[in-house]
Amino acid sequence: MLKRVVYNVLRNPELAPGGSLVHAPVVPVQGEAYEVHEDIAGEHMLINIGPQHPATHGVLRLVLELDGETVVRCIPHIGYLHSSFEKLGEYRDWNQIVPLTDRMDYLAPLIYNCAYAMAVEKLMGIEVTERCKVVRVICMEMDRIFSHLLWLGTTAIDLGAFTVFLYTFQQREKVYDLHERFTGARITTSSTRIGGMMADLPPGWIGQLQEFLDNFVPVLDEVETLLTNNAIWIGRTQGVGEISAADAVNFGLSGPNLRASGVDYDIRKDRPYYDYETYDFDVPVGEHGDIYDRYLCRMEEMRQSVSLLRQAIERLPGGPINVDDPRVILPTKTAAMNDMESMIHHFKVVMEGVRAPVGESWFSVESSKGELGMYVVSDGGAKPVRWRVRGPSFINIAALPHMIEGALLSDVIAVNASLDIVLGEIDR
Amino acid sequence: MTAGGDAFRQGAEGLERGPLPSDAGGEGAAPPAGELPPHPSVDALREEFGAGVLRHELVAGDEHIVYVPPAHNVEVLTWLRDTPAHRYDFLQDLTAVDYGGGRPIQVVYQLWSIPNRLNLRVKCELPLHALEIETVYYLWRAADWLEREVFDMFGVVFTGHPDLRRILMPYNYAEGHPLRKDFPLRGRFSRAEQTRRALSMKTEDHYSPQELELAHALGQALPEVMVEGPVQGDAPGIGIGAG
Repeated sequence: MLKRVVYNVLRNPELAPGGSLVHAPVVPVQGEAYEVHEDIAGEHMLINIGPQHPATHGVLRLVLELDGETVVRCIPHIGYLHSSFEKLGEYRDWNQIVPLTDRMDYLAPLIYNCAYAMAVEKLMGIEVTERCKVVRVICMEMDRIFSHLLWLGTTAIDLGAFTVFLYTFQQREKVYDLHERFTGARITTSSTRIGGMMADLPPGWIGQLQEFLDNFVPVLDEVETLLTNNAIWIGRTQGVGEISAADAVNFGLSGPNLRASGVDYDIRKDRPYYDYETYDFDVPVGEHGDIYDRYLCRMEEMRQSVSLLRQAIERLPGGPINVDDPRVILPTKTAAMNDMESMIHHFKVVMEGVRAPVGESWFSVESSKGELGMYVVSDGGAKPVRWRVRGPSFINIAALPHMIEGALLSDVIAVNASLDIVLGEIDR
Repeated sequence: MTAGGDAFRQGAEGLERGPLPSDAGGEGAAPPAGELPPHPSVDALREEFGAGVLRHELVAGDEHIVYVPPAHNVEVLTWLRDTPAHRYDFLQDLTAVDYGGGRPIQVVYQLWSIPNRLNLRVKCELPLHALEIETVYYLWRAADWLEREVFDMFGVVFTGHPDLRRILMPYNYAEGHPLRKDFPLRGRFSRAEQTRRALSMKTEDHYSPQELELAHALGQALPEVMVEGPVQGDAPGIGIGAG
């Protein structure tokens, strides 16, 4: 009944000069197909994976109905990590919500910090400074690499490639150091404020980032030699977890998962923010929507992020990092300690909080996992009426049953890993 | 310090003035259609549905909101999805907003058209005594979990949804719908009661009705208590499935 195609011929992705894989024609090479199993007298079995299981990448629980080794039905359960962030946000000032955002996606915290601040700034009509824009672009692209590295390492280890995990986590450690020097924290960065950043980049930080980029690209090349043409990797990923372009759009997939299916939708290109239209970068688009194409898309995205980071470093302007708007930004410590008005100003901003005008704003950025939307509704007070997060993982994982029903049990692990989910954001 | 002092004196005055006026036009009586910057889909919607478009608002500079009657949500959204000139094929988000104070709950559809690069937000207002709206599951499968989440968090019932059950809260959660404004931050029950319930959780609390049915159909040996299905919350009116 079920045929599994084994790819015993290596697929050779066409490399553009410089190792680029943009729009690489990905041709499935059909090997010899054979019958993997025979139906075991129609007996079905119900098994449970998780919630505590290393391959679920968090506290995800999957209940599977199996026919032999084939998945007939999959019922995911979420909510084990539910912390009610959105409800908590309704009881917090606009600035106090920032720490909640990085606890959602702890794999790319700065993207969440920035996305939230951008939504509130749009609601308030604040235009951040040029320096702040570039610093935030640096933050977001750095965390895209940071998140994709974790995806690469954990997916590879799920499929048995242990070496890759060590390579990627070594590089992630460098980004942790950059986080720590900039924000004081390795994961819970909480670095944005409405109207700017908590602090400007520390001296020498850009040099450290450049050093990371210089060392990172060779490692990426090395990882690519370990995986891209690896027969086991290809056998486990090509043709597995396929989703067509039409289905991917209908299921609301976004990010590399959507682009791997051949849909060219990247918010940095389609609704550019922070002058992304002036940066020179490509968006890799796959063709087959299988795990291998998702892998190729993410690998190329990391290379594009390196290029974006280099461009951003080059154009990083001087000047203040925070807007010159006393309604949202605190006076300097010296001023607050030396004159009365600044003291009162400081007191009012801290005690009463920043106030947003009546209205609402829905703003989305291209996070490492897909479209990250922040919806803020204000009634003019110091706290939001509603703060909603459109988490990319929440919507991507909802398509998991569609992708794995009819596949093999071992592919469940691979497909789940390939979607790049983070349960902190799914459960909120 | 004088220069800085002046700047911050102005700052203190700015604080007194309150929120920024950048968005003042977004609230209050909806201005006539002619006064807002045109949005191709809104104009076309008015032509197609006439009075079916209740209001048109512009917020945060460039975000267009269209209010439609809840009874016609599927009709309007199907038209928006399938008309070639618009083709809102990507459901970015489906959520709800409760303003509290007995005001209606808004169900929010955030749409994006990949081919035409258009954004539109469609809202339906549901009065608190009739929290029911037809599902858009059959238009966008993305709505599957999003509608379950809105049901879980706000108690809005999506009629026609094939599998409408709680998603983030436990299936036997009996305290109501957490994101409603009338829901206290720490829950309805006392700490003691919450602890008692947590300690008395039974195996069946961890299985969905669907799985229990499935296990039963497969004839798997399950304890009696699991085959019976999950217990309903014992607080009247706020158990599973109750609006």
